[in-house]
Amino acid sequence: MPGMTTPTSAGRPARFSSVEEVRHRLDAVGYLVSDATATTVFLADRLGKPLLVEGPAGVGKTELAKAVAAATGAPLIRLQCYEGVDEARALYEWNHAKQLLRITAERDGGGWDALRHDIFTDEFLLPRPLLAAVRSEEPAVLLVDELDKADVEIEGLLLEILSDFQVTVPELGTLTATHRPFVVLTSNATRELSEALRRRCLFLHLDYPDVALEEEIVARAVPELDARLRESVVRLVHRLRDLRLRKAPSVAETVDWARTLLALGVEDDMTEELVVDNLGVLLKHQDDIVRASAALGLDG
Amino acid sequence: MAVRALDRRIVGLGRALRGHGVVVGTSELIDAAAVVDVIGLDRRDRLREGLAAAMLRRAGQRQVFDDLFDVYFPAALGTRAGVPDPADGSPPMTSHEVRVRASALREDLAAALAAADSAALDAVAARTVAELGRLANDATTGPYSAQRALEALAPRTAIAAALERLRDAAEDASGGSGEGSGGAGGGGVGEVGPRFADRFTREELRGAVAAFRRRVEAEARRRNAEVRGVERVARYAVRPPADRTPFLLAGPTELDELRRTIGPLSRTLATRIDVRRRRARRAGIDMRRTLRRSLSTGGVPLAPVPAQRAPARPDLVLLCDLSQSVAGFSRFTILLMQALSAQFRRVRIFGFVNVCDELTETVLAAPAGADLSHAFDDTAAMTRWHHNSDYGTALADFTAHHLDAVGHRTTVLVLGDARTNGTDPHEDDLRSIVECARRVIWLNPEPVRTWGTGDSVAHRYAEIVDMHEVRNLAQLREFVGRLLPV
Repeated sequence: MPGMTTPTSAGRPARFSSVEEVRHRLDAVGYLVSDATATTVFLADRLGKPLLVEGPAGVGKTELAKAVAAATGAPLIRLQCYEGVDEARALYEWNHAKQLLRITAERDGGGWDALRHDIFTDEFLLPRPLLAAVRSEEPAVLLVDELDKADVEIEGLLLEILSDFQVTVPELGTLTATHRPFVVLTSNATRELSEALRRRCLFLHLDYPDVALEEEIVARAVPELDARLRESVVRLVHRLRDLRLRKAPSVAETVDWARTLLALGVEDDMTEELVVDNLGVLLKHQDDIVRASAALGLDG
Repeated sequence: MAVRALDRRIVGLGRALRGHGVVVGTSELIDAAAVVDVIGLDRRDRLREGLAAAMLRRAGQRQVFDDLFDVYFPAALGTRAGVPDPADGSPPMTSHEVRVRASALREDLAAALAAADSAALDAVAARTVAELGRLANDATTGPYSAQRALEALAPRTAIAAALERLRDAAEDASGGSGEGSGGAGGGGVGEVGPRFADRFTREELRGAVAAFRRRVEAEARRRNAEVRGVERVARYAVRPPADRTPFLLAGPTELDELRRTIGPLSRTLATRIDVRRRRARRAGIDMRRTLRRSLSTGGVPLAPVPAQRAPARPDLVLLCDLSQSVAGFSRFTILLMQALSAQFRRVRIFGFVNVCDELTETVLAAPAGADLSHAFDDTAAMTRWHHNSDYGTALADFTAHHLDAVGHRTTVLVLGDARTNGTDPHEDDLRSIVECARRVIWLNPEPVRTWGTGDSVAHRYAEIVDMHEVRNLAQLREFVGRLLPV
């Protein structure tokens, strides 16, 4: 196929050699993934494309990027998006104060031309996350977190980086990444991201883990908990997620619940009173608690 | 360079996705081909995930993709191993034969459900389609019908049997009698003793049965695709994604699926409305204050004063036809507006069939997220003389009794198909509502081409108010996000 980047070509060493390796290495840094997620991460690396991760809150979207960084030993560069984040915060900024100092120091000689070329050099450039990722000496992991919180203009800024891994600074020219960073964008879908941005990424919908995987996660986090109790915990949480609640319990809350049971010294099995008393660990809204108790038949 | 057969498949899958409203461009197809090169074809589940990552762009598209993937990249060809295939020419089964086979299959289904055995469930699905789904006369989509197979099998009836098996297995295990029955190998679903989590078993089995239905549907599509060709099946036998299901054709399951999206959708829409409101606040330059300030600089307006518009949230009045034909659409829209009620100063809801009844109390008193799907079932207070919708009388009733709900800040949304069963449309009453309100907008769940046909007076109302076609969730989202006055 003409024009295709063949994997591991162009001197770009792949981070992972197989889907299994992705699973094992993420596993080794304490992040358990489903086969589907591992496949997508593997592809994002091989095809050299950014990974757009969407999904409910608390399923580990941000953690995925951190885990990839930890597993590959790469530095994690993070751009936390918020309303009003701009070019100067995301890309680069000129260090005006330092430039002024330079101009004052140079007042006697040299002349304007020399000075003009001098103050727009690397020395006076403050790299922000996006530029830092492009100029990183080693292959980095770039995390653009909660992109949906940022304004639409930032997306335009990202397009050049996501498709060509380069940044254009008018005074310096175009800087191209020596090592293609592994880019992860996360979104909670409070705003629709533009098609142009979506088209440049591989898409991964990260959902709540299935029962087996979540049991494994709990086992990893709270190893002291009895296996049968663990199963009950996870099945309870899955049932709660099926109900239409304002805020479904996330994976972190499952783990909290397991810890609660351990702290309470529960050994045999959950009881109704126990669940009723501690439902607040899993559910954060009073009306959710009321509805869940009704649906699970926990009133009496 | 010769085109590989595989690439042709991928292009076919892309075209089929486009046919179902998923935007798949050439760059997505190139990505998909690269994915196949990297992953290979030996692991079908990984191929599915990889292609989904390359071709999809949002979460709601996954169901359509999975269905189409099964058609374009089938798990098997022809009859599966271990599945008896009734010869093509064999006479149709008698109803007694069907019952016998169905009950045998139901047994196996119960065993597979109890064991939570994915491979066994697949096998049962394949046999269900082969044995019960064969049509005597080929339909346009092919010789197999999932609908028919599922009707004969009634998979829900297997839930009780599966529960029984699980209970037996649990007793065996705790009693130590060691006689393993069908479900003894079951990993995941209950093993020992009646425990707390066992109260979820029934619900979990219900979910498993729903998944089994999908397997049967996928299997029927696969078999039909072999006979009728992939493209035909992809076009006709795959359900459109939830947000493109027409409201008027949605059954209870589809409506339930739609209702699940209300929470996340209302948050997205609230953000969008917020942004629009903020934009609308920028109102150019306040000339009066700019000129007055310019006096201090000798009449030269050095510092322009930006005008500030006072933040104002509009009132919203919903006037909803709750008669049978459009009830699904109206209810969904009411629930969505309830979820968005924080965006408005005040929301009032009126339902009508042929007279109006105020529902505001019922809807707004309910806690957020509560199940209101049956709150509007009682239409007794909205009907008089007959049970057919009558827009003219309802509008007259509204202007006579409830016009005080409409003020100069009010946006009135009328929901309905404007099919007035041949009665007088009373356009004057609609006009008097328009005079009182800031905006009146009509949302019609029928396609534009049918407006004004039969007993529809949509074209006559459309001359008086803004009428928008809102056939599906995608269009409703578009309307609320872009056009709803905020």
